[in-house]
Amino acid sequence: MTERWQPVIGLELHMRLKTASKMFSGAASAYGGAPNTRACAVDIALPGVLPVLNGGVLKMAVAFGIVINARIAERSVFARKNYFYPDLPKGYQISQYESPIVEDGQLEIALDDGGVKSVGIERAHLEEDAGKSVHGAADGMTGVDLNRAGTPLMEIVSRPQLASAGEAVAYMKKIHSIGCFLGICDGNMQEGSLRCDVNVSLKPAGAKRLGVRAEIKNLNSFRFVERAIRHEIKRQAALLESGGEVAQETRLYDPDLDATRPMRGKEEAEDYRYFPDPDLLPVAIPPSLVDEVRAALPELQEQMRERFVRDYGLSQADAVQLTASPEMAAWFEDCAGACGGGPQLAANWMTGALSAALNHAGIGIADCPLDARRLAGLLDRIADGTLTGNTARKVFDEMWRTGAGADEVIAGKGLAQISDTGELAAVIAEVLANSEKQVAQYRSGKEKVFGYFVGQVMKATQGRANPAEVNRLLKESLEKAD
Amino acid sequence: MLNRSLGELSRGLRNGDFSSVELTRFFLDRIENRGAELNAFISVTAERALDDAHAADRKLRDGGAHPLTGIPYAHKDLFCTEGVATTCGSAMLADFVSPYDAAVSERLNAAGMVMLGKTNMDEFAMGSSNENSFYGAVRNPWDAARVPGGSSGGSAAAVAARLAPCATGTDTGGSIRQPASLCGVTGVKPTYGRVSRYGMVAFASSLDQAGVLAAGAGDCALVLQAIAGFDPRDSTSMDEPVPDYTPPADANIRGLRVGLPREYFGADLDPAIGAVIEQAVAALRQLGCETVEVSLPAMSLSAPAYYILAPAECSSNLARYDGVRYGHRCDAPADCDDLYTRTRAEGFGAEVKRRVLVGTYVLSSGYYDAYYLKAQKARRRIRDDFARAFERADVLVGPASPTTAFRLGEKAGDPVTMYLSDVYTIAVNLAGLPAITLPAGVAGGLPVGMQMIAPHFREQDLFRAGHCYQRETDWHRRMPEGFE
Repeated sequence: MTERWQPVIGLELHMRLKTASKMFSGAASAYGGAPNTRACAVDIALPGVLPVLNGGVLKMAVAFGIVINARIAERSVFARKNYFYPDLPKGYQISQYESPIVEDGQLEIALDDGGVKSVGIERAHLEEDAGKSVHGAADGMTGVDLNRAGTPLMEIVSRPQLASAGEAVAYMKKIHSIGCFLGICDGNMQEGSLRCDVNVSLKPAGAKRLGVRAEIKNLNSFRFVERAIRHEIKRQAALLESGGEVAQETRLYDPDLDATRPMRGKEEAEDYRYFPDPDLLPVAIPPSLVDEVRAALPELQEQMRERFVRDYGLSQADAVQLTASPEMAAWFEDCAGACGGGPQLAANWMTGALSAALNHAGIGIADCPLDARRLAGLLDRIADGTLTGNTARKVFDEMWRTGAGADEVIAGKGLAQISDTGELAAVIAEVLANSEKQVAQYRSGKEKVFGYFVGQVMKATQGRANPAEVNRLLKESLEKAD
Repeated sequence: MLNRSLGELSRGLRNGDFSSVELTRFFLDRIENRGAELNAFISVTAERALDDAHAADRKLRDGGAHPLTGIPYAHKDLFCTEGVATTCGSAMLADFVSPYDAAVSERLNAAGMVMLGKTNMDEFAMGSSNENSFYGAVRNPWDAARVPGGSSGGSAAAVAARLAPCATGTDTGGSIRQPASLCGVTGVKPTYGRVSRYGMVAFASSLDQAGVLAAGAGDCALVLQAIAGFDPRDSTSMDEPVPDYTPPADANIRGLRVGLPREYFGADLDPAIGAVIEQAVAALRQLGCETVEVSLPAMSLSAPAYYILAPAECSSNLARYDGVRYGHRCDAPADCDDLYTRTRAEGFGAEVKRRVLVGTYVLSSGYYDAYYLKAQKARRRIRDDFARAFERADVLVGPASPTTAFRLGEKAGDPVTMYLSDVYTIAVNLAGLPAITLPAGVAGGLPVGMQMIAPHFREQDLFRAGHCYQRETDWHRRMPEGFE
């Protein structure tokens, strides 16, 4: 990308809110399901049905507003956005237009150079999702699935203050983290829980006036956002360099071609004929509700990370990894709290063996077959000397496979560490008797050979010998016979 | 049987003078013999009615009966009724059978009332003459060449002809009160938010309100008692206690301050109608009311404001009739636009299309401020005017309609003249107030209704005043010739 052009980027994010029921009906709001099994009379817009606001979504928007230091409207209005589309059953979407619930917020994002940038958030408003048109569902016909119709969304509109693909992704990740840690979004990108429309324009470096922008719609991964923006900047720069003009249009990103292209069809200026929805009274959000939500705000990612460093004495790197998601953090705290071996031991095992196993299985911590307290039980056995590091790993694998507790596995497989002096002394005597050459070398001052004896003892005990005890007894034996 | 009040019918059922089955058969027979000439019903549900009547008789015998148990009624075909077609007077919904009951239907069922059938109406409740029904115009029982008013014209005609002892209606700009006036029956439109709109096919959500038509105010009070009350499924339903609407037999209205809005008695008022209303006001004075002149200066804005706001809301409310999920669907659509265009062109009548177009226009970007917002401001002024008037008066009284029943086809070609049929009723909807129409006399042989308006949630005052007035007069007991 050429330095002559300065990108100006704004993001519109659609966050699916994690509620049990839909925004204006009692139907389940969960993702998926056989087509049209999660759509009630209200969702399919039968004659005579009416919307009733799910109070939970209000509190979610208020929580988000508090976190981004925004103004929270005392009176917020739902409006109808009118347009015809087969997957929009009422012929309008209930959204917000003139009085959104959240306005004028700020979000700090970390930059690659270690700096911090504050990004303005113009507004965040609540709206219902549409259904899905399933093209070619049967006989070249389009099917309509209304399971998603009416599920709650929060649309978050940034100011055009992002200057690169990297900043845009950092911003989006931050919003994702806030949604997850507030517990208002499941964060599942594959299922479209955070979708992104990007506005990109270029202006000559240093210029005040913004250039013409193109909008890239419906990006549902951080990677696609990054690549689509990079591509779009390149495309626009090339266009402007060659004396061309950027068209104000909506484009789609094709990940297979890694390119954006104009959306099919003629660009018509849609007139949505917004007006306040007469079926819903304006919503009052009294300061007492804001205070109530504020008092119940959960810890966010940064606060949790700092606390992990401060209270558990973890390294920054461990803390980052263990606060990757609220589920991961909760798992760690569960494990560390139950573990006699201390939080560092828990952290080591979670960032080590557990992470590896999760990655290998391709699952998240939420689906971990091992309970946090079970892992703590295993770590206790390391801490009290029952297990060596080596055997602990074997026990862990068995626990992962069977879901059994550590003690059960240890007893079943006879994996407990041998610390019994008599038993170890006998093994050592045998090892030394079979290693005359090495004993002679050791006694001639070649102390490196000591490691060989340890290895032999470990081999004979299948790694179960208590290393400290082996060291002590070996030294004793070698010196005694001297 | 024809001129018994609902209270008397209720007592008759309890005393075993007649059964609900007999009563139901009586009205079904009348519908069978006289219904077709009036075209008051879109569907008659005789079998279901008799089943319900049997159930009501069991309840009356075994106990647990409500005062309305076993009493038949006619239901405007705009209320969803599970398993029975709900057409809303439109080709669009000609084959629509609702899978659920409206809140009003539920409550009437719960009271044990017996639905005789669904009444004819202007398509989607848009009209003041009942000529806009896909099922054909309804005839006024007082003169078959004349309209019954609308949009609850089928309900008003059915009650006037005593094809049913009472009927439901809905009122968006006068759709209960104007036909009640033109048919010589009592009709009440309660406070906006008093009766749940859940399951009422929407026309203009901020104005629509369900109500009752019957011979007398006491009858309306009994039925409103059954359907009024908070419903969490309607966000605009108000959680206000429902007082006892039935006035005591010896109720009086001495000292009631009756406000006479200057704007209701202007030069435009037909002198014959003015004379009837003045006579009714004199009767109220006789009953001990004080009269006081009040003014509603923004009254002239009500029709212009209404004919912006109601079409705006209707253009959006009727967008769901797109041929995708239920209702009429055009044959073999070529693509999506073709599906929408032909489905809606075929499914909607001319008046509905006119209002959808007007509504779409006034909400369009660039016009919104000039029309919709300005109309909302006018609406606030009208509301404020009423609030000021109610500082000096307990109820307001005036005509319900500028004319008596007009001839079929007389105004059909002139929408603006037709719209002005609601000039005395519209402001009440814009202000969300309760109002009642009471038969108050005749002009040129046709009924004239007096409209009485009360502050929000003061329906009981309307029923008390109506009851006292009707105790002294018999206009509400008069029946059209040939239907006695």
